Parts: sequence; C-alpha cells; structure tokens
Amino acid sequence: MSGLSYTAPSTISEAVSLLANASGLAKVLSGGTDLLVQMKSGRLKPALIVDTKKIPGMIGIREIDGAFVIGAATSGALMGEHAGLVAAWPGVVEATNLIGSTQVQGRASLAGNLCNASPGADSPPAMIAAGAIAVIAGPAGTREVPVEAIVTAPGRTSLAKGEFITEFRLPKKPARSGDAYLRFIPRTEMDIAVVGCAIAVTLDANGVCIAAKVALGAVAPTQLVVAGAAAALIGNKLTDAVLAKLDAECQAVCKPITDKRGTIEYRTKVAGVLARRVAAIAFQRAGA
Amino acid sequence: MTYIGNKSDLRVVGTRPDRPDGVEKVTGRAVYGADFRLAGQLTGRILRSPHAHARIIKIDTSKAKALPGVKAVMTAEDLPNITSEEAFVGEGPTNFRDQSLNVMARGKVLYEGHAVAAVAAMSPSIAEAALALIEVTYEVLPHVIDVEEAMAPGAPILDENLFTAGVDPKPTTPSNIAKKIILKSGDIDAGFAKADVIAEGRYVTAAVHQAYIEPHACVATIGADGQATVYASSQGHFMIRSFCAKLLGMEISNIRVIPLEIGGGFGGKTIVYLEPVALKLSQISGKPVKLVMTREEVFRASGPTSGAVVEVKMGAMKDGTIVAAQAVLKYQAGAFPGSPVQPGLMCAFAMYDIANVHVTGYDVISNRAKVAAYRAPGAPISSYAAEQVVDDLARQLGMDAITIREKNAAKAGTKTVYGVTFPEIGYEAVLAAAKSHAHWKAPLGKNQGRGIATGFWFNIGGESSASVFVNEDGSVSVVSGSPDIGGSRASMAMMAAEVLGIPVDNVRPIIGDTASIGFTNVTGGSRVTYATGMATVQATEKVIEQLKQRAAMIWDISPDAVDWKDGQAVPAGANAGGFDPLSLAAIAAKAGKTGGPIGSEVSVNAQGAGPGFGAHICDVEVDRETGQTTIIRYTAIQDVGRAIHPSYVEGQIQGGAVQGIGWALNEEYIYGA
Repeated sequence: MSGLSYTAPSTISEAVSLLANASGLAKVLSGGTDLLVQMKSGRLKPALIVDTKKIPGMIGIREIDGAFVIGAATSGALMGEHAGLVAAWPGVVEATNLIGSTQVQGRASLAGNLCNASPGADSPPAMIAAGAIAVIAGPAGTREVPVEAIVTAPGRTSLAKGEFITEFRLPKKPARSGDAYLRFIPRTEMDIAVVGCAIAVTLDANGVCIAAKVALGAVAPTQLVVAGAAAALIGNKLTDAVLAKLDAECQAVCKPITDKRGTIEYRTKVAGVLARRVAAIAFQRAGA
Repeated sequence: MTYIGNKSDLRVVGTRPDRPDGVEKVTGRAVYGADFRLAGQLTGRILRSPHAHARIIKIDTSKAKALPGVKAVMTAEDLPNITSEEAFVGEGPTNFRDQSLNVMARGKVLYEGHAVAAVAAMSPSIAEAALALIEVTYEVLPHVIDVEEAMAPGAPILDENLFTAGVDPKPTTPSNIAKKIILKSGDIDAGFAKADVIAEGRYVTAAVHQAYIEPHACVATIGADGQATVYASSQGHFMIRSFCAKLLGMEISNIRVIPLEIGGGFGGKTIVYLEPVALKLSQISGKPVKLVMTREEVFRASGPTSGAVVEVKMGAMKDGTIVAAQAVLKYQAGAFPGSPVQPGLMCAFAMYDIANVHVTGYDVISNRAKVAAYRAPGAPISSYAAEQVVDDLARQLGMDAITIREKNAAKAGTKTVYGVTFPEIGYEAVLAAAKSHAHWKAPLGKNQGRGIATGFWFNIGGESSASVFVNEDGSVSVVSGSPDIGGSRASMAMMAAEVLGIPVDNVRPIIGDTASIGFTNVTGGSRVTYATGMATVQATEKVIEQLKQRAAMIWDISPDAVDWKDGQAVPAGANAGGFDPLSLAAIAAKAGKTGGPIGSEVSVNAQGAGPGFGAHICDVEVDRETGQTTIIRYTAIQDVGRAIHPSYVEGQIQGGAVQGIGWALNEEYIYGA
C-alpha cells in the first residue's frame, strides 16, 4: 500500500517548505471538492496533502479602501454573504455561487476552482473580467500575477513546485462600472458549463463604454480574454450593431471541443449569445 | 371482504397521517443497504470489463489471492454453469442462465462494466489493490450499441446460440433479435383504406437509468452448515432468495433474506447483481461479505430502461374516428433478452377503441447493460410515439387534441389488441378532467407551447402475504412481505386500522423477512397496495373474527351474537345481552385465558386489478437562441382508484412526472464519446 500524508501547517512558509520538499505528488487542499473526488475515482494518488485552511488569512474577505482581498481558500458561500463584495463585484460572486451544489459552495474555494484548471470552471472568467490578481507564495518569495496567467492547459497551471495561491485581490470598482457572468448548461443546476462568459465594463457619464474586459470559459483549453470583444464595446453604447460585433468577436476566438455537453458549432454560437446577454446585464449594472 | 374502495364512511383511508418510516429517515436512523454491517465482515469489490464485447481468454487470479488480507477471489468458474430456464421472479420474464451470466461473465463480456471477477478482503484498500492484481486476457470483439445496427445483417453477434423466436420458419442463423412479437386485430390494410387522413412518424427514445438515490448494496453470510443470510435493499427479498438459490444451486430453505430500508427502485431493483456474488465470496472466505456499488457501477452495470426506435402510422376519418393504428417497436434489451417490448406493444394504443390494429415488436440485444424495469416498463416508450401521431392526426383534422382522444376513447366493453375487454375504466373521466382544467385553456406566452399525452398501465395483483397480530396491550402489528418503496407500510397500517376501526397510530407496520412471512412477489407492476392490501384486509378480518369469538367467550354467548364496531366488540342486539363493549385492549389482556395470542396470516394471489389511465398537460418555453427548454407549467390528471394515503399518491405522480421530464429533455447514455 502506498502511503498518504496529510498535514495542515499554520504558516505560509511551512506550507511552501512542505510542498517544495515533497518527494511524490503533493497537492494543496482547500475545500477539497475537486481533489477528494479525483482521489476517490483513482485519477489522482497524491503522496502528500497540504491543507491550507489553518493558515491565517487563507479564509476570509477584507475590504481595504474599496478594494478586496479574498483568502484563497474562501468558499463561495462566504463570498455570497459578504454584502460589500456582492455590491462591488456581483459577477464574481454569481460565478462562484454557480459552482456545484449548496453543499459544495460551502467548501469549494476560489483557488481550488482556478487551480483545478478545468476549461469549464465558473469563477475564473468572472475573476479575469474583474481584473483579479492572484498572490502566489513560493520558495522564491511572493509574486503577483493576473488570474488569466495561472491556467496554462486543462489540468495544468503556471505554478511552480512549492508554489500555491494565498489570496486574490480585486480592485476598487471604478465609478459607473458593472460586471456580470452567465453560464449555459442544459439543466438549471449542478452541471459543468457548456459555455461561460464574464464581462466587466466602465461607462462615462453619457453611458458610453470607456473600459471593458471580456472573458470566456469552456470554449478553449483555457479561459480566453477576448480583446476584440472588449474593443467592440469600448467607445460605444450597447446598440444592436455593437452587440452583433461583440457576438461575432466572441465566436471568432472560440476553439472548443465537441463532447457530450455540446458540439463545436453549438458552443461557438452560444458563446456569442451569452456575450450579448452578459453585456446587457453589465451595462445595466454600470448604470446605462 | 371489506371493499375499502366502496366505503363511503372511511375514517382512516384517505387521510394523511405521518408516515411510519418518516422519523427514522429524516433523522438518519434508517438502515439502508450500505449502512448495514456484521462483525468481521469483509469488503467485496467487483472487477468489471473495460470492453463492450470481448472473449475472455484467461483470468489469472493468483496474484490477487496471494495478496495479504485477501480472503476470497471468485470468477464465473465458481458458480454453477446452469442451463437456460425461464424465470418469472422479477417484474418481467427473464432467464436464470442470463441472470447468472449477467452477475458474472462466463466466456465473454457483453458490455462495458460487465462483472468478470470479485474479491473479498480485510479492507477497501486491500480489495482495490487485489482487483488491480487480477489479470484478464481479452480477445476484443466488434461490438454494437445501437438497436437498429444490432438488428442489421452483418451486425456483431452477441450470442451464437440465439435464434429469433416468433419467426416461422425457425431461423437457421443466429441474430441479436431475440424475439419478434406481433399483436393484431381487425384488418390493418382495410383500416388505412377507410382513412381520410394518415399520420406517421419515427420516434427515438434514449436508454435512461432509473437513478435511484441508493446504490445497490448487500451483506451476505453463509455458515459451515450451509445456512445463508442476506441483508439487502431491493424491491423483493423473495426475488433475491429465488435468484440466489438458482444461481448458486442452493435450496431455498437454506437462504434467508432480510430486507433493509430501500432508497428508491423504480423497477431497477427487481433483479439481482450483488447478492449471489456476496454469498459466494462469503462461502469461500467463511466471513460475512459486504458489497456496495459505486454510483459509477450503478450506471455502468445496472438498470437502465430500453432505448428504442418506434415507428407509428395511424389513419382517421374526417369525423376524427381512428380506423387504423400500426406500430413497429424496436426495443433495446441490453446484453441479454428481456426488454419490455411486450407491454410496450400492449400499451401503445390501449387508450383507444380502434378497429384495426397491427403492432410488431422486436426484443433486441446489444452491447449495453441488461435493461431492468422502469416505471410501467415499456409503456412510456410506445405511448410517447403513439401520442405524437394522435396529435398529428388532430392537427390534420383541425381537431382539439383532447377531443380526438375523447372521440376514440377506450371504455367499458372496448376490446384491446391483446385480447382483454375492458371493464369499467377511467379514461373518459381523465380526459374530461383534463379538458375542464384551467390549464388546458390558459394563455401561452412568447416561445411557449403546450402538449398533452395520455397513458395506460395494467396494474397487476399477484402473490402477496400479510399477517396481523394483536399485541398484549391491544396495539396491532402488521407484517407484510412487500418492500416499501412508495408508502406500502403506511397503506397497510391504514387499511388494517380502517377495518379494525382503530386509530392508525395503534398499528405498527413492518416488512417481514423471507422466513417470517409467506411468499410475496416483488414490489413492482403497481401491485402492492392492491395485492398486499388485499392480504392485509383479509388477515385483519380474520383477526376480527377471532376477537369476536374471544368476546363471546368472555361474555359466554354465541360468537354470532357479537358485532365488531368502532374498534370494540359489542353485543349484536338486545337479545345478545346487556354487556358493555369490550375494547381491543380488554380482549387482548385476556387473550391468554381465552385461547392464546390473537393473529392471522393471509396469502393471496390477487386478481382483478383495474387498469390506470393518466393525462399530463405540459407547457414549455424554448430559448430560441440556445435551445434551452424550461417547463413552465405541468398538470397531471391521474386515475388512481382509491388513494389510501393521498400524499404518497401525489408523491408518486410528481415523481413520475419529474422522471418523465428528465427522460424527455436531459437523460441518455452516450457510448463511444
């Protein structure tokens, strides 16, 4: 029988040291809603599990001058109960609260949802659109990277051995800004996205878009930042022509696969449909 | 006998008391299959085929057997190689040999997930490790999944000894078509010749799993004396006993099956998967063995219902009279014969009085898990197709969808294509209720549509046993042989309380094991409330006769001079004497002095169950950009007979509707993806 070690260090440096010096497969545990399932199914056989939840700051949300610091192991349920976060970044909270069931939302963490590196994960597109930064601890110290730089391929991240995410930073929401996330699944609950789309926008006093970020999920090996779609919004109000351009730009970047949840053609079309709907919500939240 | 259905002064039946199993289930105390454990039990695991179709060249279990902590390893070689024998043990006909081959593959694996070996070990991790050490050499064979591809000439043949039954002359080449069945009445060609409009269509339904919440689970133990006990959740512990005896070559009297709480069945727990394997592992190891399927194993190797292709053609005259109905049903049976195509044929047009009917059914094997019963097995598949075509006829004729059904409704005296002439039935009442319901005329919004479909199920009776005991304090125990998957304990207690004239709280219902109550068929086919209820009512009546005799002894009068009224013995009239009533408790207290304990067991083979009809109206809204379909409103009108416990009946209807919605919109098996 191969052994499995579990440890719950109380400091970041201790966790880094454990992960960096592990001889076999070492996995970071926060909510465990992906990791335990993968272990039970036999897909993953880690030699070491480092539970990060005992490290101060890993769970919880701090508001600092309108910006937010969210501990990496914070659950979707906690985020949903944070009135300030819900008011500032409703799209991020909505996306996180679409993960799994109510029970799963009580455990599943932002970092886990990101580092599981599933193309269909719900929270990453919303975090990306909101401009979230991941703070990474590791043997070489701390570094900060945009969330879109974490996932490199299905099941793979840019984190080096010994590194793990300690917190996420969401900026202070600019005036006249709004974000939103929608995902499409054939049923209403407990499924993995066929397509996910997040958009964050900032408008000027006349309701013209002056900044935008568009992110898609489940239509490529990683989440996509759609610069062309953002460009279609910037400088414009949400007219039919702008929506059509947004739709087309989103469809143009999709590189999905055909699987049991949807075909390439279907996913591509729905990406455009969702983008139009998400943009409408984001603009409305921004005060358009 | 007391005809509960006709009584107008019912006091218990028709009320909604708390369910007797409610507190146990809500508080987590109820013992389901996976909860049960015996001291010293081993963990069993089953090795399953990764191939859809392959010849087993060799199974080498030596490394697994040598692993410390492994106490038993078995393959099909450890089971008797039994011969083909028809079995009427579950909900539909099956074959003991097929069940044996399904429980453990012999020679060939026939579907992905087919069991090939099993182990029992000291711990789950040792059992898992042992599975990995079993070396199976396969010769992979071409496989076939789709029902029509399996029927086509040149298809990979699953069973070289299977020749299509029901074809004259008898075929000389093997086929995946196990059986062809034709039912007909009138003259189908003449019928279509009379038709002014004809509608036809080809309908495909997915294989879907019953998806009960509780995976299959059991604990089995067998002693050196050959006495075996199986603890399992199922829809029939007598069914488990029959299969274990036959598949293991044991005498039925040596096997006792004790039912555990069941977490859903819907027909899928009317056959065995684990119990014979657990018993064999127990026999080899000398220890109790527990086997619990994972959800993945449930999906791969148990259930589902048939997927099917159904082709229907119907003709009607201008006034809406349907004059011809024809259907071809191609039902997946899974890896072994036994799809519910026969009831599919019988139910397709059973709602209608049609002079000329011709239905052809094919029972087709392919490389999928063997199908099991699922909520009126076979009927929803053919009804779905037939009802679409009836709608098409109505559209062509410009008729209301309910009006065309009323015009052709089966009623008392209608002869079905399978030969039965209906007695008084409820279909017209169901249609009238649907038509007058506000839902049928409610306005629809943008992108919304409304459909209606009606359906039929036979309901059956069959063999059931129940016993009723009066306890020393006058409380009552009701024991039946029917596993409770939908409220049967509550129903039995309520019927006994009704007949006795006592509060239902004074009656405790339980399910007896195979050694404690007479033989009882599976809980399935919509039979238990009727058949087990009949046994319960008759047993209760026998108890009342005893109670009257005891009262007569106490009063020293003739038993004929005693009446039973409102839960008490009373003198039958002024001539009987001026005695104060004797309560159940009073009679029970003196039972020892008046002849001993009071109780009775009755076994019946119930006949004469009335068929059921339903009409469901459903509004959907479709997102035209994504295809997403949302149910906006759903109304079910169901002919239920006498609802013993209406909440349970409503739950059954709601559950049926939800499973139907899932079947229609979301569920399927995808192979090769």
